[in-house]
Amino acid sequence: MNLTLKVWRQKNASDKGKIVEYKVNDISPDCSFLEMIDILNNNLVELGDEPIAFDHDCREGICGMCSMFINGRPHGPSDEITTCQLHMRSFKDGDTIFIEPWRAEGFPVIKDLTVDRTAFDRIIEAGGYVSVNTGSAQDANNLPIPKIDADKAFDSATCIGCGACVAACKNASAMLFVSAKVSQLALLPQGQVERKQRVENMVAQMDEEGFGSCTNTGACEAECPKGISIENIARMNREYFSAKISSDNV
Amino acid sequence: MSLTGLFLIMFLAVHLAGNLQLILPDEGKSFNLYAHNMANNPLIQVVSKGNFFFILLHVVVSILLTRKNTAARPIGYAASKSASKATWASRNMGVLGTLVLVFIVLHLKGFWFELKYGTTPMVDYDGETIKNAFLIVKEAYQNPLYVLFYVISMALVGFHLSHGFQSAFQTLGLNHVKYTPIIKFLGLAFSIVVPVLFALIPIVMYLQNS
Amino acid sequence: MKLDSKIPKGPIDKKWSQYKSEVNLVNPANKRHIDVIVIGTGLAGASAAATMGELGYNVKAFCFQDSPRRAHSIAAQGGINAAKNYQNDGDSVYRLFYDTIKGGDYRSREGNVHRLAEVSRNIIDQCVAQGVPFAREYGGYLDNRSFGGVQVKRTFYAKGQTGQQLLLGAYSALARQIKQKTVTMYNRHEMLDVVIVDGKARGIIARNLITGEIERHSAHAVVLASGGYGNVFFLSTNAMGSNVTAAWKVHKKGAMFANPCYTQIHPTCLPRTGDYQSKLTLMSESLRNDGRVWVPKKKEDAVRLQKGEITAKEIKDEDRDFYLERRYPAFGNLVPRDVASRAAKERCDAGFGVNKTGEAVFLDFGYAIKRMGKDAVEAKYGNLFQMYEKIADENPYELPMKIYPAVHYTMGGLWVDYNLMTNVPGLYATGECNFSDHGANRLGASALMQGLADGYFVLPYTIGNYLADDIRTGAISTDSKEFDEAEANVKKTIDQLVNNKGTKSVDHFHKKLGNVMWEKCGMARNKEGLKSAIEEIQQIKKDFWADVLIPGTNEELNLELEKALRVADFIELGELMCRDALQREESCGGHFREEHQTEEGEALRNDDDFAFVGAWEYKGEGTEPELHKEELVYENVEMKQRSYK
Repeated sequence: MNLTLKVWRQKNASDKGKIVEYKVNDISPDCSFLEMIDILNNNLVELGDEPIAFDHDCREGICGMCSMFINGRPHGPSDEITTCQLHMRSFKDGDTIFIEPWRAEGFPVIKDLTVDRTAFDRIIEAGGYVSVNTGSAQDANNLPIPKIDADKAFDSATCIGCGACVAACKNASAMLFVSAKVSQLALLPQGQVERKQRVENMVAQMDEEGFGSCTNTGACEAECPKGISIENIARMNREYFSAKISSDNV
Repeated sequence: MSLTGLFLIMFLAVHLAGNLQLILPDEGKSFNLYAHNMANNPLIQVVSKGNFFFILLHVVVSILLTRKNTAARPIGYAASKSASKATWASRNMGVLGTLVLVFIVLHLKGFWFELKYGTTPMVDYDGETIKNAFLIVKEAYQNPLYVLFYVISMALVGFHLSHGFQSAFQTLGLNHVKYTPIIKFLGLAFSIVVPVLFALIPIVMYLQNS
Repeated sequence: MKLDSKIPKGPIDKKWSQYKSEVNLVNPANKRHIDVIVIGTGLAGASAAATMGELGYNVKAFCFQDSPRRAHSIAAQGGINAAKNYQNDGDSVYRLFYDTIKGGDYRSREGNVHRLAEVSRNIIDQCVAQGVPFAREYGGYLDNRSFGGVQVKRTFYAKGQTGQQLLLGAYSALARQIKQKTVTMYNRHEMLDVVIVDGKARGIIARNLITGEIERHSAHAVVLASGGYGNVFFLSTNAMGSNVTAAWKVHKKGAMFANPCYTQIHPTCLPRTGDYQSKLTLMSESLRNDGRVWVPKKKEDAVRLQKGEITAKEIKDEDRDFYLERRYPAFGNLVPRDVASRAAKERCDAGFGVNKTGEAVFLDFGYAIKRMGKDAVEAKYGNLFQMYEKIADENPYELPMKIYPAVHYTMGGLWVDYNLMTNVPGLYATGECNFSDHGANRLGASALMQGLADGYFVLPYTIGNYLADDIRTGAISTDSKEFDEAEANVKKTIDQLVNNKGTKSVDHFHKKLGNVMWEKCGMARNKEGLKSAIEEIQQIKKDFWADVLIPGTNEELNLELEKALRVADFIELGELMCRDALQREESCGGHFREEHQTEEGEALRNDDDFAFVGAWEYKGEGTEPELHKEELVYENVEMKQRSYK
């Protein structure tokens, strides 16, 4: 199949950037989306042009590194997959495809389609853990956890930190990402000790990073490649209000 | 947003209950008595001031929120469809809210301001002379454009509610497999039934008098 | 040079506890003045950095990804072994030790493996305490499943995402230390050389991948946790960025590289569909429990399948060759990974492949659906079937899956002693980048165990033993001729690449290298092939340096330059792998020499001549590397031949 690509090119963080058009021909429908970009890049390189910079690593939908906003949707037109799992059979011969980076104040563009997502790391650093030093743990089975809680915590914990929720949200809000981690630890007994300070600190850091606020449109949930539910956001709100009311932080 | 929103939702329900008396076949007697009682009940007066305050708060908070959220995405997308995964109303609460606010201002000017500060015709019931609010309303609804304005505004309120009702619960952290479907159903029902009933009042009154 | 494994004396089950009680310690006040560099933030790196941070060392952690959470440990599916015996089915530390030694085809070190089995139990405790949501039973206790090659249920898991959950646990521990400023994190940085001062590893040269700046970082010790080198084959189940550069650079500075030829090939991966393919995806081995593997009996059927003229359904039962059941009646479709992989390659090489590239065999669930019903099959394998359908666009309930083996894990790596220290003092290697625990073949669910064992429970003890001598050293200066020299070398290489202005992209050479490696140093190797492979790789190396084209400059995010630096090292490693495969005149685990097989085509080990670790010393450009042998002594396990008939 033959395609027209309209790709965001931006030399570096201070460059203004623009959409550049490329043609790619004879693409197999079995090709993955990133392999299609590989082909384009290889052509560009052999012409001596700079290839398109994009983040990717595992190419099996789990590392969370790939991050393309394709035809107006994060990770492209199919539901519950990452960009690397998208195949060209989802497009038609002759299609024009827009490819843009994640857009958010909290995710500044580094180059082309590569954005800086260290804001997510800083949010986790603010409290997304249980403070337990290596070696101080009791026997694992001393702490039975109801299966239903463990399963729910697992569902929240499957977040891959790709940032599609932020990219999809009209407010560039990071609530789904933050709430997934808050929920995982709020649901488990291990997370209870630091429960209040965790949600307060993580939310404060989230605001500091410049992400917007949730207006419950649900776009994040619809675009999440791991199908993480906005039930997590409600849970985080609950955690946040009760922490604000009862914690000692003035 | 959620707390003020929920208060305003309750206000809507009460307001509707009162206004439905406009279409009782008693030439406005029960409505006028109701309006009179409302105007003279100190508790209602406090609530009514509170209502203004909450509307204002709802507006102020929404402006702050919108500013924060706009700043969170300084550069937009050339192509964006992902929002289409969310309902139209949820994406356009700001626009809907602004239009509803315009309606509220005109609405207040047309009735509340007239009643309170304008020269109002009076009416006698069992020896007591009170303001004839009904007459003002009736006269207003003689104008088909005015009726149309009300109907359209109620549609806007409906859309605003369709997202706002359930969203308020989500923001307050009330999301549960058992109850959320019920809340969603109630929200939808409320956002259809209430605006439709409100919109029926001018239509019925217009038809009755033409 | 004599390779001293430094295994403590005493009975096998006392060695580690004895070691721990006698090891030198660094007191907390002194730890603050000691810097440690950790390269890589996968299970081994993140857990080591976090734990050393907790202990009070000044840790600098590096990863080339945009966040430590992206490391490829995250992709591990199956689970993690631990000798907890929660199932009361007779498991013990000794059994885990024994299974690992046997699974490794008697080519690993007893002392290291026993320690691994001992600390495996602590790992589970630690991870649960961190909030890792392992699968549980209805009573709230941890669930286990069984995995290939063992008779007990000792594998802990979190659905098919165990690696993700464990890595996020280690990442969260790391994040906590970053917040507490005991760990400084350098994302998007690639280590390009190690700096050795007075014979000790004292720092690294790293490239900031965003700005291209070449940075000097000093430390009292350097820990490599940079993962495996499966990407030398171009196509593998590894992440695109997984590379050997850090390990290869330290090898070139004197660290020995052990057993590079041991490569694990996984039989149930999705096959390649075309030349554009960039990576292969693994599907859980559990599929072979109910799927039947076959190819057509008649070549003309195979040809028509390859042309897409017919589908599997049109081939009658009597025209199907269930070659695993035919060759291995006792184990059938459940033969070990290496045996299944080789058998598939044999059929495809003979022209019986079933997809358009001719490199795929069928894994058929039609029989299982007939026997158990579709619902039962769906309940057991539903998510794997979904994954298959997403990628292959074929419904595996209707048509048999197409599978092919792919490179998955590399058992070889930097040679380390019992302390996990390489032969360069102060330079450590943990996780997949060392060679120590899996011998010639790794058992399922053991990689996660080793990574976390090294990082949480082994290295933090053993490194103190070395650093105890460094408490008076003070900060290491980066203003020294050793740093100057290392930095100059790195810059020279980069300049050469950027200014080369050839005609071919990096991938062009990487694909060529991968092809040679796969054909001649892949599932089955022979003397002739390996010899010609060495020559071909040397030619690829020449061509690469003469004709590679890298657009852009060093002073920016330059993905082609990153790839080029990695591929340059892969090329050299590829040659060493072939040399190692050539010297090892036997078949064992992940190394199969066609000259050394039984009459039935099974691997034939040679314990008399090859029960050693083959550790290679770099001797400089253009000089052949030198092989050193560390004899493997088995005092607790009897060496036996594997048989799956």
